[in-house]
Amino acid sequence: MSTQAIELPAARAGRGRRSAAARALRQRRTQVGLVITLLVLAVALFGPLFAQYEPSAIVSIPAQGPSAQFPLGTDALGRDVLSRVLWGGRGLVWMAFLATALGVLVGAALGMLAGYSRSWLDDALMRTMDVILAFPQIILVLLFVSMLGTKLWLVSVLIAISWVPQVARVARGVTTEIVEREYIQAAEAIKTPARRILRKEVLPNIITPLAVEFGLRLTWSIALVAAISFLGFGIQPPNADWGLMISENREIITIQPLPLVVPAVCIALLAIGTNFVTDGFARAVARTSGGEG
Amino acid sequence: MSSDALVQAGEPAPGDLGLGSDLPRSGGARLSVWVLRRIALSLLTLLGVSIIVFLATQTLPGDPAREILGHVTPAQVAAFNKLHGLDKPLLTQYVDWLKNTVTGSFGSSIATHEAVTHLIGRRGLNTLALVLLSALISIPLSLLIGTISAVRRDRPVDHGIQTVLLTLTAMPEFVIALLLLVLFATTVFTWLPAVAVIGPGETAFQNPEMLVLPVAALVLAVVPYVARLQRATMIDVLESEYVHMARLKGLREGTIIRRHAMRNSLVAAIQGSSLTLIYLTGGVVTIEFLFAYPGLGSALTSAVQTRDLPVIQAIVLVFAAAYVLINLCADLLTVYVTPKLRTQFR
Repeated sequence: MSTQAIELPAARAGRGRRSAAARALRQRRTQVGLVITLLVLAVALFGPLFAQYEPSAIVSIPAQGPSAQFPLGTDALGRDVLSRVLWGGRGLVWMAFLATALGVLVGAALGMLAGYSRSWLDDALMRTMDVILAFPQIILVLLFVSMLGTKLWLVSVLIAISWVPQVARVARGVTTEIVEREYIQAAEAIKTPARRILRKEVLPNIITPLAVEFGLRLTWSIALVAAISFLGFGIQPPNADWGLMISENREIITIQPLPLVVPAVCIALLAIGTNFVTDGFARAVARTSGGEG
Repeated sequence: MSSDALVQAGEPAPGDLGLGSDLPRSGGARLSVWVLRRIALSLLTLLGVSIIVFLATQTLPGDPAREILGHVTPAQVAAFNKLHGLDKPLLTQYVDWLKNTVTGSFGSSIATHEAVTHLIGRRGLNTLALVLLSALISIPLSLLIGTISAVRRDRPVDHGIQTVLLTLTAMPEFVIALLLLVLFATTVFTWLPAVAVIGPGETAFQNPEMLVLPVAALVLAVVPYVARLQRATMIDVLESEYVHMARLKGLREGTIIRRHAMRNSLVAAIQGSSLTLIYLTGGVVTIEFLFAYPGLGSALTSAVQTRDLPVIQAIVLVFAAAYVLINLCADLLTVYVTPKLRTQFR
């Protein structure tokens, strides 16, 4: 019923993972998700190479419609929308990726530690997690950004911190379940060092659920980073950013919606793409490990 | 264990929602003891929250006295620090601050000089209107969608619903809101107002048309979470022995779903409601900003822009307290409506 119920025989974990990925790729939804993700990623990472104008250069009259010169028109300040779209995804992708990687890494480590310790440390760690969980993520970010200023690395680190409790819960669940198995107790009886047990026995079992976690958190990190930029606390003007473009052009929404709609669609597609891929993988994993369900 | 267990990993799955490890598990303890323990834990969490909020303000770079007074003599700085208790040890400062917070004296806004409690009351009502209205619509809607999806499991209807839900969960709420805004307020149709213009003396309740788009966006953003939770729960229930028994008895499928299965998904409904409310408290921030809706979320955004400390602290505390309270209520209700959990204590 819960995420703690992930059961993978230790020895088969590696093979199961590979066949799960293969299985996932055979699903239509995963394929669609992968294509969307790669397309948007290509725009975000290589877009700047194809931009015709400087993203922050004022090149024409504000709020123009599409023309041969400006394929997506101009924004509220008279900058080329297409160039800004091509430049505006890079920061988002890096920040979301960094936040997710850091959050999953730290969350997994703390979760494994809590689950393995079976002592006061477990309680202390999980209670601290409860405290962090009490802040809606966006509010946790805003609280610290208001004090320390809008720094991009800070936003990423804060989003990562906000993921730690949820990832830790999953990691702890799997760890507690494995630790109770007899072969672990046998390993402990012959004084196998804890680090070795965690690495050799727990880690292989935890990789697959963590991969699913990574995908889910990546999708929502994209949403969060975009939201922070949209509120004006991420990438700062005059730099181009998809989230920022939406709030910058709010005033011309009735005259020229393209400068808002195009970045919005880019953010949406990136998040939807990663979510489809994650879902396909999670389904495939469930089938591989739990028999036909 | 159905295959949905892992599909739901990290997503709301029954048993992984706030109640987590806190649900009663030992048979020995009395129910009242568990309830008291649960309340004590909530208070402890709140205490932790207050520590984080207090420490956050301590990370503010620079010396507050010099920031506020400008160029002054060291004696004046010392006098300022003494006046505001900044010369005391950190722990004493925290205790003083906590005392004020608990008694509701947050001071007044640095930017507008309005009393913070007054601002929260005024803005809070608008946010409450937004949150409650969205919850009232989205909870029954998501339970319905989840149930339909579970009953038609792995059929085209289910696949369609799943795809739509997956699409919606991935999208940030302000992106959903923007697309709705462009569609219904500006270009294609111009039925609805694009911004919420609510006069200073008015509340959102007096301007229902201002609420339509923000509520629609929030509903679309939150429905997938609870719908997926409900689907997983219903699938578990539909595979249970007593449902098989009911089928063997020859009951009609509709009766089984209404009389047996739906009733047992009550816990999911309670947890789903708490999840909805919690999600909405975070979701209102960007939605209020987009529509210039005068609620707590937009107040927080502008307070962060101007570094309006008292307002930031108060609003963050309100949001965190709401989370703790919602979770506590949901857990207590869950135990109350679940005979198995209630009687476990005897």
